Amino acid sequence: MVIKLDKVDVVIVGTGWAGGVVAAELSKAGYKVVGLERGKNQVRADYIGVKDELRYTNRYEMMQNLAPETITSRNYLDETALPVRTRQEMMAGTDLGGGSVHWAGATYRWRPYDFKIRSMTIERYGKAKIPEGMTIQDWGITYDEMEKYYDRWEKTAGISGEPDPLGDKRTNDYPNPPMMESPPIKLFKEAAKKLGYHPFQVASGNLSQGYTNPDGEVMNACMYCSYCTQYGCDFGAKSDPLVTVLPTAMKTGNYEARVGSYVRRVLHEGGKATGVLYVDDLTGQEYEQPADVVVLAAFTFTNNRLLMLSKIGQQYNPQTRKGVIGRNLNGQFNITFLGARGYFEDKKFNYYAGAGALGGTMSDFAADNFDHTNLNFIGGGGIEMRQYGEAAISSNHVPKGTPKWGAEFKKNSIHYAYRNLVVWYTPNVMSWWHNFYDLDPTYKDDFGDPLLRITNKYTDQDRNIAKFGIEKCREIMEEMGADIIDEDEVPYEFDHIYSGGHYAGGVIMGTDPATSAVNNYLQMWDMDNLFVVGGSAFPQFGGHHPTSTIGALGYRAAEGIDKYLKNGGQLVAGKMESNKV
Amino acid sequence: MADRPTDVNEKKGMSRRTFMKNTGLVAGGVVGGGLFGGLLTNQFQKKTDVKNTSTGKDSGQLQDARVFFTRAEDFDILSAATERILPKDDLGPGAIELGVPYFIDKQLHSEWGINAKEYMKGPFVLNMDTTGNHNKTRDQDNQGPNTETQVPTPTPRYQTKMNRGEIFIIGLRGMDLTAQKEFGAKFVELSPEQQDEVMRMFDDGQVELKGIGSQNFFHLLLQTTLEGAYADPVYGGNRDMMGWKMKEYPGPRASYMAQIEPEEFVKLDQQSLRDYQGH
Repeated sequence: MVIKLDKVDVVIVGTGWAGGVVAAELSKAGYKVVGLERGKNQVRADYIGVKDELRYTNRYEMMQNLAPETITSRNYLDETALPVRTRQEMMAGTDLGGGSVHWAGATYRWRPYDFKIRSMTIERYGKAKIPEGMTIQDWGITYDEMEKYYDRWEKTAGISGEPDPLGDKRTNDYPNPPMMESPPIKLFKEAAKKLGYHPFQVASGNLSQGYTNPDGEVMNACMYCSYCTQYGCDFGAKSDPLVTVLPTAMKTGNYEARVGSYVRRVLHEGGKATGVLYVDDLTGQEYEQPADVVVLAAFTFTNNRLLMLSKIGQQYNPQTRKGVIGRNLNGQFNITFLGARGYFEDKKFNYYAGAGALGGTMSDFAADNFDHTNLNFIGGGGIEMRQYGEAAISSNHVPKGTPKWGAEFKKNSIHYAYRNLVVWYTPNVMSWWHNFYDLDPTYKDDFGDPLLRITNKYTDQDRNIAKFGIEKCREIMEEMGADIIDEDEVPYEFDHIYSGGHYAGGVIMGTDPATSAVNNYLQMWDMDNLFVVGGSAFPQFGGHHPTSTIGALGYRAAEGIDKYLKNGGQLVAGKMESNKV
Repeated sequence: MADRPTDVNEKKGMSRRTFMKNTGLVAGGVVGGGLFGGLLTNQFQKKTDVKNTSTGKDSGQLQDARVFFTRAEDFDILSAATERILPKDDLGPGAIELGVPYFIDKQLHSEWGINAKEYMKGPFVLNMDTTGNHNKTRDQDNQGPNTETQVPTPTPRYQTKMNRGEIFIIGLRGMDLTAQKEFGAKFVELSPEQQDEVMRMFDDGQVELKGIGSQNFFHLLLQTTLEGAYADPVYGGNRDMMGWKMKEYPGPRASYMAQIEPEEFVKLDQQSLRDYQGH
């Protein structure tokens, strides 16, 4: 028996940055909002005293339990996809605050180029520069329009940073100064400068000082304890929804976060969403939560799967290349974050110390900041060196040629534990007709619903841009004076490892309802009162980490939902044929 | 035999020789009259052995009992193999002295060992030629093993119906069978060089095991050995924080702010999770 609950103004699936920002803004505006979270309740106390590398880094304590549900994966259309079974291979955030609680904190705005990649490429290099089958498209929103949302999110999150010398227009500086500069960061910056580049400090969600955000939420200064990435913050010093937008929403009295609530369907009738169907994880009781507006703000995978299971929108078909749901799968895979690792004989760094977003970076090879005329790829990305603070299990890097075990391995792994640094490149990831999401024909979840299936393969574009980045990283590492430099190898094919949490697309934003699922307010073209917010809206992946763009899109969506609740209807007029595939 | 690393470690508690001695008592069946009596005697003697050879420190001694492995022989092979992965040398203790075998035993008894949070629904499509069950860190291809080890495969890696505990049993017994086939003796009786030879065969994927590639088992063994050496001592390995001392890793702290800016390496005393939570 499904229990039907009282109707609310807005029901939001997910409590991460996307769902949290929307919840805070709409509950502040006086709407009654319910947030549904599949995981458990989490507060700061859950992270105090649990600095345990094995439990969090190696056993994935904060990641989604895959026993009830995972994804399946394959490279080619003619393959059978297999389930990605272990948390080592598939990490998605869970619990209140979602993946945003265990993020490292590195913050990058995406570039004007990222939002207009197709038209800017054609404008500068001609149409032939975009290879056949690459389905990149303009977002239908520009950087200038996004700027105020970025600014808003950075203030909410208390981002600590300094301007990028090659950066784009900013209305305001970061609300807090950059983090401390360690010797490895200095080394990186000096080397980059000598080579004529423009290094700067990574903007960070680890706060450089105590801060009160515009909503009145108080955050503490980072203690540089090293337990950031894959951990919740012990000190309330890492910006996440648990210390910012969720308490803001709760204070209004208009927001209720229901944990242990596994959403199975978006309910709809006559082209309008009527609410969602969810199951209480502890009791098995099914509930219907009716709402005027339904917001899907879960992880990319869940946003896609819920639309497919609920039969909303036309499923993308790679054979006909028609349909929009599941189109343009993108993200950062094992071809991203490649670079060069250097081993130093005469230097020993305090590398056990650090913070998730402590690092140096540069934009000289980002976006279209360099001429691509004679290059066999388009796009670019940041070059980054981070000092996360390595614990003992993870600090086992050894130079190439060292055996994987035995006496020599032991000797080298101990000798080099604090004598190695890595510099990497984070290029754009383009979308292709053959990379997409749909439902798996074989594997099911605990309720008998099909799993989400991913089909993803690499192209020359991916391999060429990675190779270019590795060479640049090597050049910097040489200048840094490493005695041994090991370059990453470019993998030929995607390895089905979903370990970084940066997977996007499938419910993409655009101007044309034939090639996009949502308009630039994240409102579905097909269903006026359904908004799909998060990385699922990226038509292709920008040249850096996604978090601030997701936060900014949350503010954009909240504005749209407010408009819709006041006036109804489609907020944007669709332009057909704007982006012919 | 005398210079084998595990023999050197005998004073530190569990050792291969202790096991072999005890196993001999049972196998011989002459002590105490009958198998049951032999087992009792064996248990009694083993406890005495451990007590007599303990380091006198309180770390982990009460935890030195198997909760996953039922056969002492399996645990004995595990101990010997982990010691070859991380041998005792002049840098510091090896896997046995660090308590790695007991760490692995406890891990296999945990939710991780029974794959409680992994997707374990069928069908299981296991291609023995190409399918591994383990992944890698981003830069693993080129920089040697971290805690995770890599097998290049065209499919998602873990496609066996077996959980990690079952894989360990199949793998360790496979090592013993391989030892007997190649060298005519049990794995624990081989010289270190011969043991390495058997382990290399597993590492190279040359050994046939039921339902799992030998390489996949071996990488699981590699991964857990490093985890046991360097995880917080609360899990039964990294005994007395000796792994951390060897590596100069200080352990969890409230803050490393004072270590961010200095140019020189700052060596700190080790602290465990127990110290951290005990504030």
